[in-house]
Amino acid sequence: MEDVGEKLVQVVIALAIFAAIIALIMLLVDRAPKTFRDKATIIGFLAPAVVLLAIGLIWPAIQTTYLAFTDRNGSPNGMDNFVWMFTQPEALVTLRNTLLWVVLVPLMSTGIGLAYAVFIDRARGEKALKALVFMPMAISMVGAGVIWKFMYTYRGAEREQIGLLNQILVWFGGEPKQFLLDAPENTFFLIAVMVWIQTGFAMVILSAAIKGIPTEIVEAARLDGANGRQQFFSITVPSIRGALIVVVTTITIGTLKVFDIVRTMTAGNFETSVVANEMYTQAFRASEPGRGAALALILFLMVLPIVLYNARQLKKQREIR
Amino acid sequence: MATVTFDHASRLYPGTEKPAVDGLNLEIADGEFLVLVGPSGCGKSTSLRMLAGLEDVNAGRILIGDRDVTDVPPKDRDIAMVFQNYALYPHMSVADNMGFALKIAGVSKEERAERVREAAKLLDLEEYLDRKPKALSGGQRQRVAMGRAIVRNPQVFLMDEPLSNLDAKLRVQTRTQIASLTRRLGVTTVYVTHDQVEAMTMGDRVAVLKDGVLQQVDTPRALYDRPANVFVAGFIGSPAMNLLELPVTDGGVQFGGMTYPVPRDLLGEAHGSTVTLGVRPEDLERAEDNHGLAVFVDVVEELGADAYVYGHTEFDGKRYEITGRVDGRTPPVAGSTVYVRPKEGHVHLFDTQTGLRLGEHAPGTPEASVEDLNVPVEAGKTAD
Repeated sequence: MEDVGEKLVQVVIALAIFAAIIALIMLLVDRAPKTFRDKATIIGFLAPAVVLLAIGLIWPAIQTTYLAFTDRNGSPNGMDNFVWMFTQPEALVTLRNTLLWVVLVPLMSTGIGLAYAVFIDRARGEKALKALVFMPMAISMVGAGVIWKFMYTYRGAEREQIGLLNQILVWFGGEPKQFLLDAPENTFFLIAVMVWIQTGFAMVILSAAIKGIPTEIVEAARLDGANGRQQFFSITVPSIRGALIVVVTTITIGTLKVFDIVRTMTAGNFETSVVANEMYTQAFRASEPGRGAALALILFLMVLPIVLYNARQLKKQREIR
Repeated sequence: MATVTFDHASRLYPGTEKPAVDGLNLEIADGEFLVLVGPSGCGKSTSLRMLAGLEDVNAGRILIGDRDVTDVPPKDRDIAMVFQNYALYPHMSVADNMGFALKIAGVSKEERAERVREAAKLLDLEEYLDRKPKALSGGQRQRVAMGRAIVRNPQVFLMDEPLSNLDAKLRVQTRTQIASLTRRLGVTTVYVTHDQVEAMTMGDRVAVLKDGVLQQVDTPRALYDRPANVFVAGFIGSPAMNLLELPVTDGGVQFGGMTYPVPRDLLGEAHGSTVTLGVRPEDLERAEDNHGLAVFVDVVEELGADAYVYGHTEFDGKRYEITGRVDGRTPPVAGSTVYVRPKEGHVHLFDTQTGLRLGEHAPGTPEASVEDLNVPVEAGKTAD
């Protein structure tokens, strides 16, 4: 209990310091000479955020970049870490897996989410049906990993199965399967967990976008003779294009960074590792901070174009409306 | 080109008791321009949407030509609709918007382009074909919506308040353009509006609805001259007709200080001791000998040639607003009292209880009111 009390006092002190700094900045801005006041206001309010960002984000980024070109003793080693990444079989598996994740998860989550959103639109019990699919979003990825590990659990054929999927296999007269051990399909079983989580996200956003399509436009399309399929491809999809792009890119970014699922379910063993997991393993398990940093850098370079594309598309969408 | 028939068509929205459209009977002739008019919530848009197939028909039938389309999906009805907010596809160019129905129907690219170009020429849209709807003005969007309907070359045009999003000046211009265009194309048109001026100026015939029930359908002139009931009398005409509940006296009705003579058999049709007398503002004249209805003048609107006098009068403990149109050169002064009386032969008499026009039908059969008048008129032969 004493510990908690101490922490509370610390929080209060921190907040007081924060308030004092803000008050000081405001005071200084207010006292600034008139000709300079607009600029002073902007700088005064921007500076704290910029400083914090610099300490918390920009400096570490620079450091990581430097680290990526050093060996395990911290001395520069040129491109060695990248050479390792693109030549060693175990590192190449990691890159291949990440590619599989990045292609499959956004495609399947968005596809299934969109289909689901369209089918349940204005159906009876729509809210309950939506909640059902959205629920996994509320579970942490670690939690989801643990849950699905149970789903995939393997027991020898002679013993009672406790994993649901293996039990179903047995019921249908099959042999129990080592879902998480047998490469390369085990990667797909991990991907299924991520799809399970992200489908709800895609469905909710796309469903809201579909509801935003003006009724008259849909009616006009019906009168123009479009059947269900034509309405979907000529009206629905173009109308929710902005939401689709946001969903696909958001899921892609989330997938590139995927770590928890792999960590909890296989720890990256059995050829299931992905870049984020390998980054952690190299930096903190294998004492190869240089390799970890190089992987982090690659991850960043992979995310960057998607973020830029996303921003540009959003701007374009605004021009249509 | 085809006729359109509503045969006792009704629409009851789920969860409501009263039908939005109640047993609508309407026959629209081939090539006719029919206007559905009425106040908000009268069922005019619902009727149109039933014809379009966007609303279910819960009872009765709808026919286009000789074909019963009651249960036919919208796309197979061979109709085209212009929506109030145009409902253009925002992600398509003007040309794609206009050609969408043809594309769906599998018309070849060349023919599609040709037909779109023809319609664009007709509507003065040729230079905008590559633009997105967003880059067009309200009037241009409206024309694109028209173009989308014209390109399809349908049996029937349906228009749901297509002018209500335009400014006043453009509305008057477009009004004439639409009326002349549909007549030139000879396509049967059903046009919905809440604006009785639009209804009167555009329609070959006008159908007046209220609370889901058809009140009267007739040529604009006939609606104005012989409204079938009190509602139509008050709805058609601007400013509205003065409606007064007057006591019946021997040989007429008591109109202020004078007796307005009414034939005895007409008065005999009325239920009760009063009748409702309607007189349009332009049919009121000053009674110089103070032998008429005393009206206290509240406001005088001078319009140049004419002046509108807004006043009120009270009798039998009821207050009535009175509007009169007088010569613009000699208007009364606000605050004064003037005496007015109807011009001879220019009054409308209604049964106060049933609201129906006296002298139209035998007493006791108010139900027969609408159907008698519901005879289609050949397009183009009507008085505009």
